[in-house]
Amino acid sequence: MDFSLTDEQRMLADTLERLIADRVAPDQRRAMLEAPANERSALWRTFAELGLLHLPFAEEVGGLGGDGTDLMLIMRALGRGLVPDPYLAGLVLPGDLLARLGDAGQQARWLAPLLEGEHQLALAWQERDARYDAHGIVTTARRDEDGWRLNGGKQLVLNATSAAALLVTARHDDGRLGLFVVPADATGLTRRDYRTIDDQTASDMTLDAVSLSDDACLSRDAAQTLDATLALGRAALCAEAVGAMEVACEQTLDYLKERRQFGKPLSSFQSLQHRMVDMHLHLEQARSMAILAATSLDCPAAERDYRLAAAKAYCGEAARFVAEQAIQLHGGMGMTDECHVSHYAKHLVMFDHYLGDSDHHLEHVSDHLVDVM
Amino acid sequence: MNLTYSAEEQAFRHEVRDFLATSLPDDIRERVRLGRRLSADDHVHWQTILGGRGWLAGNWPKTHGGPGWSPVQRHIFDEECAAAHAPTVVPFGVNMVAPVIIKFGSEAQQRHYLPRILANQDWWCQGYSEPGAGSDLASLKTRAVRDGDHYVVTGQKTWTTLGQHANMMFCLVRTDPDARKQAGISFLLIDMASPGITVRPIITLEGAHEVNEVFLDEVRVPVANRVGEEGEGWTCAKFLLTHERTGIAGLGHAKQALRHLKSLAIREQHRGRPLLELASFRQRVVKVELELMALEVTNLRVIAAARDGGAPGAESSLLKVRGSELRQELSDLTRRALGPAALPFLPDFLHGEADLDDPTQAESAAGAAQYFNRRKLSIYGGANEIQKSIVAKTILGM
Repeated sequence: MDFSLTDEQRMLADTLERLIADRVAPDQRRAMLEAPANERSALWRTFAELGLLHLPFAEEVGGLGGDGTDLMLIMRALGRGLVPDPYLAGLVLPGDLLARLGDAGQQARWLAPLLEGEHQLALAWQERDARYDAHGIVTTARRDEDGWRLNGGKQLVLNATSAAALLVTARHDDGRLGLFVVPADATGLTRRDYRTIDDQTASDMTLDAVSLSDDACLSRDAAQTLDATLALGRAALCAEAVGAMEVACEQTLDYLKERRQFGKPLSSFQSLQHRMVDMHLHLEQARSMAILAATSLDCPAAERDYRLAAAKAYCGEAARFVAEQAIQLHGGMGMTDECHVSHYAKHLVMFDHYLGDSDHHLEHVSDHLVDVM
Repeated sequence: MNLTYSAEEQAFRHEVRDFLATSLPDDIRERVRLGRRLSADDHVHWQTILGGRGWLAGNWPKTHGGPGWSPVQRHIFDEECAAAHAPTVVPFGVNMVAPVIIKFGSEAQQRHYLPRILANQDWWCQGYSEPGAGSDLASLKTRAVRDGDHYVVTGQKTWTTLGQHANMMFCLVRTDPDARKQAGISFLLIDMASPGITVRPIITLEGAHEVNEVFLDEVRVPVANRVGEEGEGWTCAKFLLTHERTGIAGLGHAKQALRHLKSLAIREQHRGRPLLELASFRQRVVKVELELMALEVTNLRVIAAARDGGAPGAESSLLKVRGSELRQELSDLTRRALGPAALPFLPDFLHGEADLDDPTQAESAAGAAQYFNRRKLSIYGGANEIQKSIVAKTILGM
């Protein structure tokens, strides 16, 4: 049992903390969000120079062999800065699938440039009628004489606007879940782009007889691999939420110490002290769950998914609690766009809507409740 | 990072488990399992067995006769004891007064008291709370007036757990009424057989005699029984509150309670199906499962920090708050799971020696009583509201 960081991990955390403090201060972040998506690349280039784009991938595919703890440290730092760059959606999730499923040619074409920062990708796994269920999709993949033909629609594809290609799940005639690389400019692919309420760049997509060559198919049976990748994504999101919760707590505490009413600082009122402690308790318990998630990625699938579901559900509820209290304790200021904490609060509440919400994951825990007696 | 126990730690867990399987007397195990009161003899019997194995004083340093366990080993030991329905070691001697004597006591006090604690020759109780000094402990009024080689102690202590069995009490008394309130307090070791001491039972809402009032009327206590300097009693008391509190969440008990709850909710029937399939009930069990998972990792973080040389300070307040809330929720769900069978009140069985004809009634007899008993968890040892104020002050600087 070991909760300590290696020297390299401590250096990584320090480097990221400095980088984000220098480059993603709140005013800089506003400017980054206002820039067109394809111009928002200065920080990404720095990530590439620091090796951050290589870190989460195995050495066999050209990565640096980082583990769940490394990813946790990176995501926590990104969460502290609410960094807009799509580290998870544009790099980790599609890259992980390519690393696990791609052949040499597919990896050379799509993964190697991803790790070099030459392009970004996106993962299209969600569909309107399947809600958070990655397996219950209806987009189809049919074999034809030239290759593959995809029909259907995808929802909430993060980073599609900046992606050179999309990894798209589609169902084969035999019912199995296939995975395809769809170039962003493929004929028949249309996107409706939008900004989420917490400032993510996302798109809904229609695939109308999208023709793909043979080598676009990454796997004809990707279900289990997709589960592993989504588990990785959930662990990353939990860590990111912990980073954002830290800042929401810090800013709220600072505000309570500064703001005076009735002739004394708000921090001297016991009801507010106890509420602040409750936020802190939620943060520390969520941090424990994020650690559990990060260290469970190599467990057998059933155990991994049980723990990840528990962690994601728990962090979802903790994040909402911290967000709502942060707004409440900031009073009217917490309601303003100008106040930084409101941006953290938005991201923390909407955390629950990415990669499955608390109800979705509680159902998984509930279904397996007696397996772990 | 990794959350797995080392091979040595897992071997230790098996060693403890094997020991408990062979050495814990069946009648004691059964009384604990059913939530019945243990007699003083039961406690002494079990603690003598533990002492014989060298495992009574898990948190003592080796130099004073402890086993030299790491915080991780102590945690494993506590988990296995709870899982095996072993009695909790009565903490007042081994875990409370002994560390104070080791830290602040004279050599003579250490030589006299520590071996007696290890040999279960003394039963200690705690004289801290008073009718007018609960959360505000430092406002205590029990007076100790110097008279030659003695203090003459007069006052009243309360909530004295298992004081009815005790022959010794460690006691906070006011030796200087004019000093600032914490500064006037001293730490005395008092022989319960001294003239002027009266112990009266307090019966708690579930019908148990667990706590007492202790009246002290001009009780003469040798000055040699003072631990530390005069006026240093608060330092001793505070040391106790931060010393080795890595077990304060009661994690082993919570895990055992959750296992019991699940098996109970599978056995109990609702419309011909296991209660655990009732959605609203199952949902609450799921919430407890998650809270326990999070608390276990938080507890392991604190234990690992203690192992690596950090002193668990205010973090133990977090463990206490969440641990007590969790155990209370578990006792609530257990009571609910029993349904109508939770209602019969059987004090002669729970708190006495009477047998029951009906074995199923015995299985459910303690459910409601334990629910009410567990309300104490968020009150004693510094109420949860006090713990939150400690965190606000010491961690958050409010």
